[in-house]
Amino acid sequence: MQSTSRSFKQNAHHALQDATLQRALGNIKTGFQEKRRQVIEALPEFEALRDTGRDIKNHTLANLDFYLERFEERVTEAGGVVHWCRTPAEARETILEICKRRNARTVTKGKSMIAEEIGLNEFLEANAIEPVETDLGEYIIQLRHEPPSHIIAPAIHVTREQIADDFRRHHSDLDPNRRLEEPRDFTDEARAKLRDRYFQADVGITGANFLIAETGSTVIVTNEGNGDMTQLLGKAHVVVASLEKVVPTLDDAATILRLLARSATGQEMSVYTTFSTGPRRADDLDGPEEFHVVLLDNGRSAMLGTEFQEMLRCIRCAACMNHCPVYAAVGGHAYGWVYPGPMGAVLTPSLIGVEEAGHLPNASTFCGRCESVCPMRIPLPKMMRHYRTREYERGLAPGTVRVGLSLWSFLATRPSLYRFVTGMAARTLGAFGRRAGRFRSLPMAGGWTGVRDLPAPEGKTFHALWKERQGAERRGNGGTGR
Amino acid sequence: MSSARDQILGSIRKSLGRGALEGEDAARLHQRLATPARNLIPDRTAGLDRDGLARQLVGKLGEAACSVDEVASLAEVPGRIAAWLQRENLPARLVQAPALAGGLDWSQAPTMEVKTGTADGSEDTSVTPVFAAVAETGTLMLVSEASTPTGLNFLPENHIAVVRRSQVVGPLEDAWSKLRAARTEAGTAAAGAGMPRTVNLITGPSRTGDIEQRIQMGAHGPRRLHVIVVDD
Repeated sequence: MQSTSRSFKQNAHHALQDATLQRALGNIKTGFQEKRRQVIEALPEFEALRDTGRDIKNHTLANLDFYLERFEERVTEAGGVVHWCRTPAEARETILEICKRRNARTVTKGKSMIAEEIGLNEFLEANAIEPVETDLGEYIIQLRHEPPSHIIAPAIHVTREQIADDFRRHHSDLDPNRRLEEPRDFTDEARAKLRDRYFQADVGITGANFLIAETGSTVIVTNEGNGDMTQLLGKAHVVVASLEKVVPTLDDAATILRLLARSATGQEMSVYTTFSTGPRRADDLDGPEEFHVVLLDNGRSAMLGTEFQEMLRCIRCAACMNHCPVYAAVGGHAYGWVYPGPMGAVLTPSLIGVEEAGHLPNASTFCGRCESVCPMRIPLPKMMRHYRTREYERGLAPGTVRVGLSLWSFLATRPSLYRFVTGMAARTLGAFGRRAGRFRSLPMAGGWTGVRDLPAPEGKTFHALWKERQGAERRGNGGTGR
Repeated sequence: MSSARDQILGSIRKSLGRGALEGEDAARLHQRLATPARNLIPDRTAGLDRDGLARQLVGKLGEAACSVDEVASLAEVPGRIAAWLQRENLPARLVQAPALAGGLDWSQAPTMEVKTGTADGSEDTSVTPVFAAVAETGTLMLVSEASTPTGLNFLPENHIAVVRRSQVVGPLEDAWSKLRAARTEAGTAAAGAGMPRTVNLITGPSRTGDIEQRIQMGAHGPRRLHVIVVDD
């Protein structure tokens, strides 16, 4: 997928002005956040499970080569094939070859972020193969020719009215005056439309939430059942997965499953968690004739051993973006590539380079909520700081930022000069702003005052006030009332 | 030409600053796979007896939006299914898993039209057994075999699952143990392999939240999941 991460600032600006988008984003708080809170309160072991999950993934990453080899052995034993792919191009070609061998005209697809990462749909279309997205959210954005804006709720930026327009335009064989208002209307229509497509499909492509080294199984987690129909009814099942998805055993998967659905949708378990191992057996009545796992690296092996290794623990639950004030304000498209929110702000520069995506680690208030909700305890803010440092070191930060930072570090490392300058600034601004209590505009602070007022200081700096208060306390006058 | 496989494995080892694992290091990891250890398991189902597990299961099935019927014996099942279909205003016909063909006596429900096999998308209702039922979360485990095809779990609008009380386990890990034991007994398991083509963990009927995050049942899979718990 072509990145627009370079224009994050303009993207974000447009997003903030988009009234429809702002209305759609308003659903996040009552939906994801509240449900997650409730389901976690009902599981006293949740915090301890986070530690266990983190340890399982750390162990796996430290032995990643070993577990991938075991996974491949088991897949082969079960009659499947593992295709190792270094780059998106290799993965696309591998999938195309499988499709061509089967003379595929249409493929059905379960939701897969890796398929987005390698730009699979456009590539298949260019090769005269029609990809049909079957997850309802993915189906909607495919009709709209948009990328997903959220990793588990791809159409979260779209309102019902917009979907109604899309359905009327694309399902032109249906009564134009039919009712499209309630969620039921949309779900039923899409269900009916997609039913036939499953049966027509030559190949079914899904992603994977886990790969199990013990058994050679791939695992998908869904609520709709679309991924299951995709792999059941396609003549061949192709799984696209990145290599850090592997975990050692079924028991390890059980532990992480307890974290995944709770963190993602606030369910104890998603409706369908499906373990797929090889093609249909000789006496099975249904199932795909072929089973392929397209295993993608795309820069991940190079993240091991670096300060970004911990990002490879990510299980794609989306809790970080569901709790991020920046994501909630601008939505997912502003981030400009496949992965939005805090996990995207770290993963995107890792995969496509800090030159391309250096803005993203700056798209953070550093409030730390992402790390506090991450089921795998990934230190997202710390890693964003690492990228900010890299951006600065490589001279990618704009001139004004560099000058500002030099000035700041000059002041901040000279305490008496710092106190003198800030004291003066506080007094001056305090004197000028006393009447209105706020500034509507200030020289050199247009970036702030352009969109909001700056409250006027009271005339003293924090340091000065703190000193006074400490003095008062020592004299026993009780400044803080502790 | 060095293959993509070799290059990826080489790149992983280079980043980790070591060569391929061998000797004791590799043996320890082989052991970890051969005898999978359990991690922390929530207390929720610890110490529950058979009745306790069944109660926990029924409660959790309800939370997952399943309807539940409890019966005293397998002989009652056909009659109860016929009654449920009638109550829900659904047609009196269904497709049953071959595994149930010998066990369910449909002469108890003479008006029912019953066929046996997998689903082709035209059926309204399916009836299947389960491999295990996980009381911890109200999750049914179904495995694909010649006698239990996967299509029955997804294609019909209504799915009826028959759970025997003896199949109810506490945590998911107990269901894995049960599966490993069954596969070993059947002689299909070699060091954890020999999984069936598909293992479905199913927790409630199909749903989506993709329209403005409002939950709607029956996205692609069954709209209704009706569970009959049989005392055996």
